[in-house]
Amino acid sequence: MQRLLKSPHVTGWLLASPVALVLAVFLILPIVMIAVISFWTATEFAIVPAFSFENYQFLFGSSVTYRVFLNTFRYAAITWAITLALGFTIAYFLAFHVRSQTWQMVLFLLCTIPFLTSNIIRMISWIPFLGRNGIANSALMSWGLIDAPLEWLLFSDFAVILAFVHLYTLFMVVPIFNTMMRIDRSLLEAASDAGASGFQTLVNVIIPLTKPGIMIGTIFVVTLVMGDFITVRFMSGSQSANVGRLISNDIALLQYPSAAATAMVLLVTVLIVIGALLRLVDIRKEL
Amino acid sequence: MSKMRYSRRSLLKTGAAAVAASAFPAPMIWAQEIKDITLRQFGTGVSNLNDVAVKVKEDLGFTLEMTALDSDAVTQRAATQPGSFDIADIEYWICKKVWPTGNLQAMDTSRITNYDKIVGIFRDGKLTPDSVIAQGTAPHTVGFTSGPGGTDFVQEESGWMTLIPTIYNADTLGIRPDLIGRPIDTWAELLNPEFRGKASILDISSIGIMDMAMVCEAMGEISYGDKGNMTRDEIDRTIAIFTDAKRAGQFRAFWKTFDESVNLMASGEVVIQSMWSPAITAVKARGIPCVYQPLKEGYRSWGGGIGLSSGLSGMPLDAAYDYINWYLSGWVGGYLMRQGYYSAVPETSKQFMSADEWGYWFEGKPAQGDITSPTGEKLAGPGDVRDGGSFEERMGRVACWNSVMDENQYMVRKWNEFIAA
Repeated sequence: MQRLLKSPHVTGWLLASPVALVLAVFLILPIVMIAVISFWTATEFAIVPAFSFENYQFLFGSSVTYRVFLNTFRYAAITWAITLALGFTIAYFLAFHVRSQTWQMVLFLLCTIPFLTSNIIRMISWIPFLGRNGIANSALMSWGLIDAPLEWLLFSDFAVILAFVHLYTLFMVVPIFNTMMRIDRSLLEAASDAGASGFQTLVNVIIPLTKPGIMIGTIFVVTLVMGDFITVRFMSGSQSANVGRLISNDIALLQYPSAAATAMVLLVTVLIVIGALLRLVDIRKEL
Repeated sequence: MSKMRYSRRSLLKTGAAAVAASAFPAPMIWAQEIKDITLRQFGTGVSNLNDVAVKVKEDLGFTLEMTALDSDAVTQRAATQPGSFDIADIEYWICKKVWPTGNLQAMDTSRITNYDKIVGIFRDGKLTPDSVIAQGTAPHTVGFTSGPGGTDFVQEESGWMTLIPTIYNADTLGIRPDLIGRPIDTWAELLNPEFRGKASILDISSIGIMDMAMVCEAMGEISYGDKGNMTRDEIDRTIAIFTDAKRAGQFRAFWKTFDESVNLMASGEVVIQSMWSPAITAVKARGIPCVYQPLKEGYRSWGGGIGLSSGLSGMPLDAAYDYINWYLSGWVGGYLMRQGYYSAVPETSKQFMSADEWGYWFEGKPAQGDITSPTGEKLAGPGDVRDGGSFEERMGRVACWNSVMDENQYMVRKWNEFIAA
């Protein structure tokens, strides 16, 4: 028994078993159930066990699905580009411009303060701000920049993206900041000694070394945006749809199998996206 | 003899109690058992009021447990989990879906004290002898069944009711008169380009599609066979008109919850939209003018009632009948009427309202003093008149009842397309 427990093989399994158990019960099992139910059929009040491709047939046969998926990708891509630009700049400033470590931590914590409040509150607080008679419009009007309130500030794609950027930029800042802090400063000195300009150092040294952080941030932002439904509903005033809203509509109408099928397609799509991203950068190797 | 340690005193006490119990047996046991009865009621938020549960305990002695759910969840529960409730507080169109499952039991109208005083809408469908019956799921069409155990609907007053009507109202468009500045008298105004970017409609497909139909018919674009049961072609054309309007930027937003509709209206984002009566009250309570505008095409109306679970029998069933009789005896009716809804037996509710309240809410007369809600908020001042006028003027002009269509699933899919468009 003693020897058995000391064998590295067995200890390894034992150490891994708690997390394996948790994942099996709370991740694998639910996903398997969703997959199973996606092949069931539904009447108006009940779901009926079956093995039918009806849900998938309807999903792939409807032009709405393609439009909605396209819209979801569009939100993800635009949000990704903006959060990356913001996140990289903020992280760069924190890591390379702020010299004192104390100030680095203070400023970094400052960035996280908004995240102490609820996601939904932070999003909803935009609504009165951006509204027709909101602070943004009245300020712009009193400065004489516009004559009539800007309608597209609220209940538009602009509002949706704005909320996404606000909600998710930190998920980009943190991993990028983290990898930047690990960059050996002597590499930067070496680059400078070798005659590289600031821009050349950025492109040839810092960006390649920050790639894993960028990739982790990207995975966070893309999956969060693709899985969201409440932000799109509130900020677009229910006027735009993404995949999450399609699923939530189905659930509201008790069409669980159809919702499950849509969820499976979304899951597979997100996995493909992440798979493709991981092909670009080997996170494990670079961490 | 260790177990025979009765003292003289305790023997006397027990004896006295035994004598008392045998002298007046029934009432004591009955009162005790009534207290132990708990009836589980579930339904939508409108009439699942805690004040009602408190009053039931006070007046009838038993406990009423209330669960409020949204209408989709209510339908599902009534249809699939008959064991989870004793009393279902549902709408008539939900009844149309749920009754055939046999999960509710028919109610003997001879046990309903005020049956004869229930308004005509719920009996023969006619408010007054010459009323025309509106389209959609009119309550009386699903209000009666052939007998105990029946799962069908019959069109005459058979003596066996599916639901006992409790609450109903007539819905229309809400407007901001201060921001519109001219009279509005037709549903077609919802798509008037004048209100581009300032209109809204509710994003609940089964009700939203009817508001759409009211608009399309008022515009003269479509004439429906039955707005409450459209054909696929009618659904397609209705959604097409609204999709065009949406693409042209007619709508500021869509709303799904009560508070969203209040905020849209109160902030001035929207000046005309589909709305529910208490939402108008909530906007007014903030001191912002808001009118529940009567329109010449009429109202879209809805009604709710309580049904008994088929599992209910014996003493709990008697308690449930007591509850129904109590419900129709006026206190709840008065409470609901002062919120702007109507009670199934208005004349009993009258006793629980002041003459001024009755005049304002029911007869459409100008208020003499301040009109307040049951919870004490001021809703109207002296001289104010209820939007739409009296009970007969409002309920007499129903164009369509909330309903469930045969093509429901098709409609829902088209609705999703509309939202994604």
